[in-house]
Amino acid sequence: MGHCTLPATVAPPQPVCAPEHAAMGHCTPSTASVAEGTDLPAGTGSPPAVPTDHAADAVYGPSAMAMGRHHLALHHGGQNFSMVMLNIAEAKIREGREGYKWNGEAWYGGDLNRLVVKSEGEGEFGRKVESAEVQALYSRAIGPYFDLQTGLRYDFEPNPSRVYATLGLEGLAPGFFEVDGALFLSDRGEVRARLEGFYDQRITQELILQPRAEINFAAQSSEDIGVGAGLTNAELGIRLRYEIAREFAPYIGVQYEQAFGETRDFLRNDGESTGGWSFLAGIRTWF
Amino acid sequence: MNQPVLGRRALLRAAAVSGAGLGLAQALPAWAQPLSKGLVRPLPTVSGNDIALIIGQVSVEVDGKVSRAVGVNGTVPAPLIRLKEGQRVRLRVENTLDEESSIHWHGLLVPFQMDGVPGVSFPGIMPRSTFDYEFELNHSGTYWYHSHSAYQEEDGLYGPIVVDPAGPDPVAYDREHVLVLSDHSPLAGATIYRKLKQMGGPYFNRQRMTLSGLLAGKDLTAKERWDWAQMRMDAADIADVTGSTYTFTVNGFGPFDNWTGLFAPGERVRLRIINASAQTTFNIRIPGLPMTVVQADGLNVRPVTVDEFQIGTAETYDVVVTPQDRAYSFVSEASDRSGLGRATLAPREGMSAPVPPLRPRPLLTMKDMGMGDMGGMDHSAMGQGGMSGGSANPARARGIDPTAQQNASGELWKLTGWKETVAAAATATSMAGMDHAAMRHAPAAAPATAAPPPDHADMGHAMPSSTATGQASAPMDHGSMGMRDFANAPQVDKNPGVQTISPMPVDRMGDPGTGLDNVGHRVLTYRDLVALQRNPDVRAPSRHLDIHLTGNMERYMWSFDGVKLSEPAEPIPFRLGERVRVRLVNDTMMQHPIHLHGHFFELVTGHGAHSPRKHTVNVQPGGTATFDVTLDAKGDWAFHCHNLYHMAAGMMRVVTVRSAEGDVQ
Repeated sequence: MGHCTLPATVAPPQPVCAPEHAAMGHCTPSTASVAEGTDLPAGTGSPPAVPTDHAADAVYGPSAMAMGRHHLALHHGGQNFSMVMLNIAEAKIREGREGYKWNGEAWYGGDLNRLVVKSEGEGEFGRKVESAEVQALYSRAIGPYFDLQTGLRYDFEPNPSRVYATLGLEGLAPGFFEVDGALFLSDRGEVRARLEGFYDQRITQELILQPRAEINFAAQSSEDIGVGAGLTNAELGIRLRYEIAREFAPYIGVQYEQAFGETRDFLRNDGESTGGWSFLAGIRTWF
Repeated sequence: MNQPVLGRRALLRAAAVSGAGLGLAQALPAWAQPLSKGLVRPLPTVSGNDIALIIGQVSVEVDGKVSRAVGVNGTVPAPLIRLKEGQRVRLRVENTLDEESSIHWHGLLVPFQMDGVPGVSFPGIMPRSTFDYEFELNHSGTYWYHSHSAYQEEDGLYGPIVVDPAGPDPVAYDREHVLVLSDHSPLAGATIYRKLKQMGGPYFNRQRMTLSGLLAGKDLTAKERWDWAQMRMDAADIADVTGSTYTFTVNGFGPFDNWTGLFAPGERVRLRIINASAQTTFNIRIPGLPMTVVQADGLNVRPVTVDEFQIGTAETYDVVVTPQDRAYSFVSEASDRSGLGRATLAPREGMSAPVPPLRPRPLLTMKDMGMGDMGGMDHSAMGQGGMSGGSANPARARGIDPTAQQNASGELWKLTGWKETVAAAATATSMAGMDHAAMRHAPAAAPATAAPPPDHADMGHAMPSSTATGQASAPMDHGSMGMRDFANAPQVDKNPGVQTISPMPVDRMGDPGTGLDNVGHRVLTYRDLVALQRNPDVRAPSRHLDIHLTGNMERYMWSFDGVKLSEPAEPIPFRLGERVRVRLVNDTMMQHPIHLHGHFFELVTGHGAHSPRKHTVNVQPGGTATFDVTLDAKGDWAFHCHNLYHMAAGMMRVVTVRSAEGDVQ
């Protein structure tokens, strides 16, 4: 009737289940002694309320313990970390002309909220920097693998420089592809977009092949900086690095890049190259 | 009463061999000196009713390499604290570091304010200050102590505690050795944790699957790799920190230092084995010598004889062995097989025995993903059918990646003359040991790289289910949706720190532990443990509580129920005296050795009133472990994963035990 519970140790009445009854399926014969301890089923009670006090306060005083609790939280999930990663820092040789390129990012913060600074650019040795940009972003984890990033991008070059409002998504796609996509709205109302991704294919524990792709788009032409509407340019590269340490890996690679549409026309008019193969040699490093 | 339990014979023998070349062992306590110098001279400063412990910077030498560490009274491991049941002890701990420190008495039932967790039990021991711990010992057994501050446990602040029983010891033995296992790195614990936060598991793992392995037909097939990659999971991610930085130590000695413990042939030798590592699960073997487990986590169990067992971080096992007149290698192999610790048990000074090779690192399976026993059933993909009925370890079936690296200890088998054929050859160094008893156990010590003989596989304690079904390593078409369905764990907070939810977690307390399925000899499981004494409380639990072990390997986040301690997480409330059934559900693909302070709990493994009582339970990946606990210790207690880096990442809660009035005093 459920009015009470029998003590667990009470032995069941002896003829619990006669064999003939068991054979007919009327009952299950008891095999051994009666259940006790962990063999017993758990009840359906509910937990008590969460207390608001701290036991140790009464012994050591609230102020000493408050400091201890602060450190406790800090050292059990509350710490901030940082990382600076220069994925690309390379010399680039194309048609006998030597250039350089960098692409990296740094972050500081906790597990979910971070300040992210990204920078990339390129140029030719002995000439003015062709392009150089820095982004300062607030990054917020929106899933196990992806961060939503928003902030500002400033292009030092090409001139006249621009400031963009940025909204992007960076993370790890199924298959372990690192991807990064962003939309940029300039202070002149121009809209541009960039998609990039790479994949680390381990050949051995230290030798890693990194295919990498980047494509850029523009919603409208900006002739003053040589950007045409539509697909502007794309890069497809492959870099083979050797991790002397996880943090330090020299690499070599090749890359094919191509400008498209109006962008290509702007470059032609300036007598610049519109694309082609280059050989790469660089360092991937982080700390 | 401060004397260790040793035969007079043992003392004389040890005295005879003391004074061996011990130049490198400056920073070791006497009990941990090679050749067991401690047998002669137990440390007087760490017995009795008044004990002084001084925490400070030390320099240690492991396998010839010197590094900075944090020690106690100048040594790593810290001194053996030898106490007696019933005594009252005062431990005066002086912190000479420039940072806060603490000591937690792992497994000892002490008042909460003496439990040593800064911010939970007390404020911590401030730099350049002293704290007096004082408590009574009301139980006996093998325990240990360690810092509960920052990463000091990794940096060396750990040591053994032995509490001798007040009455006669039900375990009969002639001699004992304390074996404290650890994972020593030249990197500071803080650095290790930073690297994990920056890069996650791949930073230290040098046994990942590669293109070379694929082309060589090793590890998983291309299709299986693709399936794993689609889930953004790495089947080769067994340990966060590995032999690539660790040297696995026994009593502070590296495998090449070769700590040696002496015995007289035929003696019953008790080994008190303590996993004091920061985060390494060890597989323990003494090839050629069966081990009879007599104690787990300090409390006696019915003797059960095995050839190998897995010991999670913070667990202890006491085993009794009866060695013959030959040397034996004691092996503590990291569960990811990236390295091993090694010590020698020998009848005389200067002997050594062959050391087995490291076995290939295992790969995770669908069961580790929380997909229960259903498996892929794709036996053809295993590349091996028949004999073992489908191996849980494709790395063993197809071979391991040729570029996988193990640390220097992986070379020891060559240097010590390990023979692949029969372990009996190992006795060749000691012809006197060629007795029949040793021979009879020879197959148990055969190298595990050989396929297990079918009869042994059948006899073994390996999970029948895994033998029967064979777990394919590749996920089948369950779709990734099922891997993070919060409907399967409504209590878990939905946030980016939760990467997966086990869709079908099964009780894995009958499993021998990652990589020990079908190894061809007897392997202990939690189900084999039966308490020697009747449990003090055999009431039915009044309620049931699920706690999910959650994490995100990519972000290196770890939590309970999706909430890190720092969030802040609410305490887990209990009533004083109530008995609760707690089921730990592992929603991750890593092992989590879960430790509850201030209490022993009874594992729910079908042993009723004789359930094994433990302070730490290692929950297998994607599985569950269930215990009943009587909350009989008023106060606030820490409850956490004993993987130091998981705990540092937030996998910890405060447990409150309050009387109905809510009064803690």
